[in-house]
Amino acid sequence: MAARSVPLSSARDDNRLANSLRDAAIAALMVFALGFFFLGVRTDIAPGGLALSFRWGLLFSAVAIVFAGRLLLNLFVFKTSAPITAQFSGMFSGTGSSFAGLGKWLARALLAFAIVLPFFFTYFFPNKDRQYIDLAILIMTYIMLGWGLNIVVGLAGLLDLGYVAFYAVGAYSFALLAQNFGFGFWMALPLAGLLAAFWGVILGFPVLRLRGDYLAIVTLAFGEIIRIVLLNWYDFTNGPDGISGIPRPTLFGLEFSRGEGGFADFFGIPYDSIHRFIYLYYIIFVLAIITNLVTIRLRRLPVGRAWEALREDEIACRSLGINTTNTKLTAFSIGAMFGGFAGSFFATRQGFISPESFTFLESAIILAIVVLGGLGSQIGVVIASVVMIGGIEMLRNLGFLQHVFGDGFDPTQYRMLIFGLAMVLIMVWRPRGLITTREPTAVLKEKKRIGADMVAQGEGH
Amino acid sequence: MGSVLQNEVDGAAPARWDETPILSVEHLTMRFGGLVAVNDLSFNVGRGDITALIGPNGAGKTTVFNCVTGFYKPTEGRTAMRHGAGLQASAIEEVTRSDRRYKESPQGSVYLLERMPDFEISQRAKVARTFQNIRLFGGMTALENLLVAQHNPLMIASLFTIGGILGVPGYKKAEKQAIEKARYWLEQVHLTERADDPAADLPYGAQRRLEIARAMCTDPLLLCLDEPAAGLNPRESHELNELLKFIRETHGTSILLIEHDMGVVMEISDHVIVLDYGVKISDGDALHVKSDPRVIAAYLGVDDEAEIDVPEIKHDLEEVVEEAQELAAADKSKPKPKPKKPRPAAKASGAKPAARNAGSPARAKAVVPAPSEIKIKNAADFPGRQPHGTKKPGPPGADNLTRIKGIGPANEKKLNALGIWRFGQIAVWKAPEVDWVGAWLAFPGRIQREEWVKQAKTLAKGGATAFSKRVDKGDVPTSKARKPRSGGKGGKP
Repeated sequence: MAARSVPLSSARDDNRLANSLRDAAIAALMVFALGFFFLGVRTDIAPGGLALSFRWGLLFSAVAIVFAGRLLLNLFVFKTSAPITAQFSGMFSGTGSSFAGLGKWLARALLAFAIVLPFFFTYFFPNKDRQYIDLAILIMTYIMLGWGLNIVVGLAGLLDLGYVAFYAVGAYSFALLAQNFGFGFWMALPLAGLLAAFWGVILGFPVLRLRGDYLAIVTLAFGEIIRIVLLNWYDFTNGPDGISGIPRPTLFGLEFSRGEGGFADFFGIPYDSIHRFIYLYYIIFVLAIITNLVTIRLRRLPVGRAWEALREDEIACRSLGINTTNTKLTAFSIGAMFGGFAGSFFATRQGFISPESFTFLESAIILAIVVLGGLGSQIGVVIASVVMIGGIEMLRNLGFLQHVFGDGFDPTQYRMLIFGLAMVLIMVWRPRGLITTREPTAVLKEKKRIGADMVAQGEGH
Repeated sequence: MGSVLQNEVDGAAPARWDETPILSVEHLTMRFGGLVAVNDLSFNVGRGDITALIGPNGAGKTTVFNCVTGFYKPTEGRTAMRHGAGLQASAIEEVTRSDRRYKESPQGSVYLLERMPDFEISQRAKVARTFQNIRLFGGMTALENLLVAQHNPLMIASLFTIGGILGVPGYKKAEKQAIEKARYWLEQVHLTERADDPAADLPYGAQRRLEIARAMCTDPLLLCLDEPAAGLNPRESHELNELLKFIRETHGTSILLIEHDMGVVMEISDHVIVLDYGVKISDGDALHVKSDPRVIAAYLGVDDEAEIDVPEIKHDLEEVVEEAQELAAADKSKPKPKPKKPRPAAKASGAKPAARNAGSPARAKAVVPAPSEIKIKNAADFPGRQPHGTKKPGPPGADNLTRIKGIGPANEKKLNALGIWRFGQIAVWKAPEVDWVGAWLAFPGRIQREEWVKQAKTLAKGGATAFSKRVDKGDVPTSKARKPRSGGKGGKP
């Protein structure tokens, strides 16, 4: 048996090499055909018209890279019985469970860091503190939005592609209340949340009966409708010009301004514009923590269990006497409410809002955060927000790449490319998100985490 | 046919389930477009009984379940759930006349399930159900599954979430009680050890038991189980029986179950209802149903000589034949006044009437309105119109009607008794005739479903259907093969 298998396998090896070479050659040929026009030929403006210049070196190096890369992939991954990637996945499979154990400590460490974050940056990076705290505020806003959307998508399993609509409703509620009635931030905040929740119910009604792709399409349309109404209702929303002069938040009436009666003056410390940023950071931090605590508590309440049950099996829910209409509407409205809170924070932070800020891309980023973090996972949303928002910003600082690729290389142009590549890799590595396990909401004897393969994803995924 | 059964039941003293039913299904009809899944079905589920709903595949059992539990809105009919004892007929009539869905009072409440949305049926009317293909919340633990089932009481305890978020003490207590109740039911279904495992991880039998436990956590008065023993091994099946008996005895819950496993049905059921093609064909205790020839026929798909031995059908048939003879005698003595004249003479054996009666469908059509030569005593009891029949098949001889799918030798005999001998005669049936024959053969709806008329048209033209080819080859045991056996077994010239 063993003796016979030797010639067979060597024949298979010959075959494999030949196949791999042929496959790589085909790929290289395709690159040549496609790249000839994109890479090989270049038009330059010359006196009297355009001049063609040929860049054979570039073209053939691209062909060579593809040939070599494809050949290596074929030999070691695609056409072999023991692909190298299998070892990778073996390596990573262990991390799933260790993540779970790590999760608790990671969450505590992140929370502790988040509490001291502004002082950490002012102390260690006094020159760049404003930039970093601003970034931290941005990340925190997305964490809050992610947690809010997590209720709808992660817990109730209703895919919402128009979440930014509630963000916009919150922002515009505050801006318009401030502009027309002179509301301050703290007075407008609950109203903005309520209005967003109201719009959550308005959206909820038509999509109650929809499933799957249809739900996603209608929510997507809803997000666009809100933006287009804001854009075109000029008398009310000031259209594309946006609303400016939105009041800054105050600390019990103290404004963060220079001079008499301001925060610095009251406490007798020298005025520094960083105070306002630190204050904004703590506002969004507290709002996000409230979102998180409420979500955690809701999960242990009957309504939260009903959301998760709804994600698992709607028909079974109805057979158990759960009013699925109300359950879906509460999910939509509570998720929307947190979106509204975040929106009114966004308005006060920016001081200016316009429909430009509420495009579909925002919805997509928030949804990507939830999906990347792992549906239903709170800590996953935090990690994903830091990676996505922080990552995009960090990729602005790729100056060192100029040393590698020469002065003509502009790294900021490749920001989104690198980001996209990273997303693809993460989704290949962990297709169900970073934190995939689900924590049970009630325990009889021993708490066991539930693997992602058991948990349903709900509608529209 | 319905009337026949009703008489049967009425004849004896009223059964226990008819005296104190917890659920009454009255004239339930469910149509999906043109398909009649359940047709004018009435039955009672006795309080504290284990009632089984059985029938061959596609008989409409699950449709009945879905109508009772609100997943379908029935096309017609009333399903009344009673919480109090007795018939409470006046309360039900009162609710039916009003627009209300239910009437609740301390003495007893009545609920009209067909008016209620599905979640309310579980929440208010206290009817719980399980599903044929298990529907657990796979990603949630066994314990969580049982807590979800206690949603409504917990929702009230949490003051509709608001109190829960603020952390009112009442909710903590209520949740503890809910977990205790879940623990109790986990013990009853032997799943305490796996309480913290995801439901999707449990073995099949355990999932079935967990689903029953989950349904019981809603405190139902009526538990509807859709094939609870499907896929269980004999030991698990036995455990299931014990569990159901325990539920009934300890908690007083009435049970309505669909089942294929006759072991389960016969062992534990107090009352069995048999459906076939959406119609009730038998209703009684297990013993009664087991010996009911209609049930045997429906289950084995038999349409054989055996059925002719069923006393009452035999009696029907004898009556028909007798009458036909009497009529023939009367015919001879004095011709009947009005309809006889245009009709071809019964005894005429010339080529002409034969051609008119049994010839091509196109020509036979002209004859349709003529009343049959065969008189059936209670012909008017059946809906529609009796088809035209002749006393003799005519010169080419009778066709082998068993070549039509759905007609076996027994039915062929009965059709012959009606004066139906040839495909051409069936081919000209219109809706009234089809209804009438269907009712007379006690197969309402089946003729349409099996497309006898369409088959007959093909066969009358000398064509063949897939089924008739199999009959001709002798592949169909319930039909007689054309040449070799028709003479002997069919007994017709």
